[in-house]
Amino acid sequence: MKKTLTALALAMAVATPALAELVVPNLSYRTGPYAPSGIPYADGFSDYFELLNARDGGIGGELVSVPECETAYNTEKGVECYEATKGLGSLVYNPLSTGITYQLIPKVTADGITLYTPGYGRTSAANGKVFANVFNYPANYWDGASIIINHLLDQEGGSLEGKKIALIYHNSAYGKEPIRTLQELSKKHGYELVEIPVDHPGQEQKSQWLQIRRDKPDYVIMYGWGVMNSVAVQEAVNIKYPMDHFIGIWWSGSENDVEPAGDRANGYKMISFHGTGSDYPIYADLKKYVIDAGKAAGAGDQVGTALYSRGMYAAMVISEAIRKAQEMAGHSAVTAAEVREGFENLDLTEERLDELGLPGFAQPIKSTCADHGGPGTAMIFQWDAAAGAWSKASDWIEADQDVIAPLLAEDSAAFAAENNIAERCN
Amino acid sequence: MFYREAGDFKTTYVEDSQTFPIKLDRWRYYAVLAIAFGVIPFLINDYWANAVFVPFLIYSIAAIGLNILVGYCGQVSLGTGGFMAVGAYACYKLMTAFPEVSILIHVLLAGGITAGVGLLFGLPSLRIKGFYLAVATLAAQFFLVWLFNKVPWFYNYSASGQISAPERTVLGHFVTGANTTASAKYLFCLVILVGLAWLARNLTRGTAGRKWMAIRDMDIAAEIIGVNPLTTKLSAFAISSFYIGVAGALFFSVYLGAVEVGEAFGIQKSFLILFMVIIGGLGSIFGSFAGAAFLVLLPVFLKNVLVGQFGWATDLAAHIELMIVGALIVIFLIAEPHGIAQLWKLAKEKLRLWPFPH
Repeated sequence: MKKTLTALALAMAVATPALAELVVPNLSYRTGPYAPSGIPYADGFSDYFELLNARDGGIGGELVSVPECETAYNTEKGVECYEATKGLGSLVYNPLSTGITYQLIPKVTADGITLYTPGYGRTSAANGKVFANVFNYPANYWDGASIIINHLLDQEGGSLEGKKIALIYHNSAYGKEPIRTLQELSKKHGYELVEIPVDHPGQEQKSQWLQIRRDKPDYVIMYGWGVMNSVAVQEAVNIKYPMDHFIGIWWSGSENDVEPAGDRANGYKMISFHGTGSDYPIYADLKKYVIDAGKAAGAGDQVGTALYSRGMYAAMVISEAIRKAQEMAGHSAVTAAEVREGFENLDLTEERLDELGLPGFAQPIKSTCADHGGPGTAMIFQWDAAAGAWSKASDWIEADQDVIAPLLAEDSAAFAAENNIAERCN
Repeated sequence: MFYREAGDFKTTYVEDSQTFPIKLDRWRYYAVLAIAFGVIPFLINDYWANAVFVPFLIYSIAAIGLNILVGYCGQVSLGTGGFMAVGAYACYKLMTAFPEVSILIHVLLAGGITAGVGLLFGLPSLRIKGFYLAVATLAAQFFLVWLFNKVPWFYNYSASGQISAPERTVLGHFVTGANTTASAKYLFCLVILVGLAWLARNLTRGTAGRKWMAIRDMDIAAEIIGVNPLTTKLSAFAISSFYIGVAGALFFSVYLGAVEVGEAFGIQKSFLILFMVIIGGLGSIFGSFAGAAFLVLLPVFLKNVLVGQFGWATDLAAHIELMIVGALIVIFLIAEPHGIAQLWKLAKEKLRLWPFPH
């Protein structure tokens, strides 16, 4: 009996793939009501690593393997995917779901793996003193809310006194995140905030837009995802809401969200923490090594779109963090713990972005032990329906850290107290 | 040849009225228990616990609960997701308010609180029946989800409305939180499931169960022979909700660790558990297990075969998986409208006659 068990264990050890590769799982969703948002992101994420493998032979000579696992934006399937891929020696997780992120935060901390959630997840994870294994640079939900308000202040000549701003949000952890920040900001700037929730999956929004039609808010901010976005844009068009007064967070601004509404979606705005479009030099390489070689992920029809760019952005930051980890560790086959160090000491400069073929694509990031949140800046983009592209409508806008910093400290302190975490980096 | 009473002599009434009167059946039951307690905990790893066994055990508890109400008492309910949410949020509030009390007590108390809520929503069943009652319980589902979204007290005023389970131990072993071992998680759910299933089986064999079945089969006749519809229907609602509340509490604290009400306890969950009960077999404890196993294990199995073995694209596999599960449900219900429990029963009948069918 003992002999068979040993043989079995041996067989299992042999069956697991050799750990020579760097494993970065892609927890994606290409099915269900969130697929319109999930597909371009997953494609961009996979294609970037494919490019590194085909052009450079991976990172530092190590090939990157990107096993894909379908979560359908569902937390139960997310858990299954995490457990299924954990054993492969995974280095970083990027689940693209705030719900799954909340579940994985304690798990990755216990397993010593890094969770990278650019622009989503738990906002207070920006505080590295409490969240050792979670990184959400370059910007978070609260930065996003504040950047939108700063843009509106700019539009209104510096004052929002007496204005009415509606927040239409996905009624989940994700959508509720900005409410506190917007409430604090409304005290500071004197606008009135109207909160309008939309339940999962968001295909039915008639009553919400009826309310907007009745209340006539001066601006509408949207925190939506998946099919909810395109429905909201269509409803806004239907009630003839002025589109340039309708602004989405970065997750509510993809081609898939505005194209169904046709020409009348022209002027819709969104904010983004990176550039979009296929004018960057990297796309020449991407075309040569990935797309023309027939190695593109998915249907290959999403290249250069806003969410494709974001998937690529996440893959780029992860690969740079792995590179940093290799540099620090002095060997190329890095472990999860070493990659975490790489994330914590990441220094992504403008020169490096130029080298990568992405000049001006994003803001530089300099991470420290305490700062896992990055610069917290974003740009405004406006939809040009005639050209079928997003055009840049502003330069980098900073968030109001005077308001956000105390909220961050408060929320992370609550998490630390709940889970008995001692502050690091002191 | 198998499953025969021949040679199995009963000399007392207790022996005669036991749950498994046939020797082979009894030994099979003991063997399952022995494997579940004595073998699996030593072999289980994180993947098998989190993707297979823990969800199966928890859904089994919920399916038994719903089976008491729908299968035994004949009261159709679409509020299961909402009642699971009550269990989860009650457990969360108790865990954070009384951190020194054992999690086991919190889970059972959460079941108790859900029983109270279920009782309240069961009141309309005294006046309305059938589809109309289903609509009333549907209202419970939407109301409860709305409530847990709307009132910040339930999620301790957290910014995101998410509830996260703090770490708790039983006998010095973690059972909630990230440091829980696979076997602790599994055993904790298994002990609760075995206890509750044993209780349910004995309840349904006794007076309470007979009253429920009388109401299910013909309520007017039941009333005439002296079954009180008030206490019978309400006790079915309360006990069913207790089971569902316990399942909700475990689902949140042990299985997922963090939930948000709309996503985890939406209307899909109500339907999922109702399907488990219907596919497994209405009015059967074994059917609850079989239905839960069918709907929890089959998708995971198909995913591993299609993506892991055949190397298909994940989206194609996910779509095919939906089609296969859907088709199997339809085929099952056409081939055997009384569910897997009935198939099992027929198989046993056939085995008794084998190898000389007449």
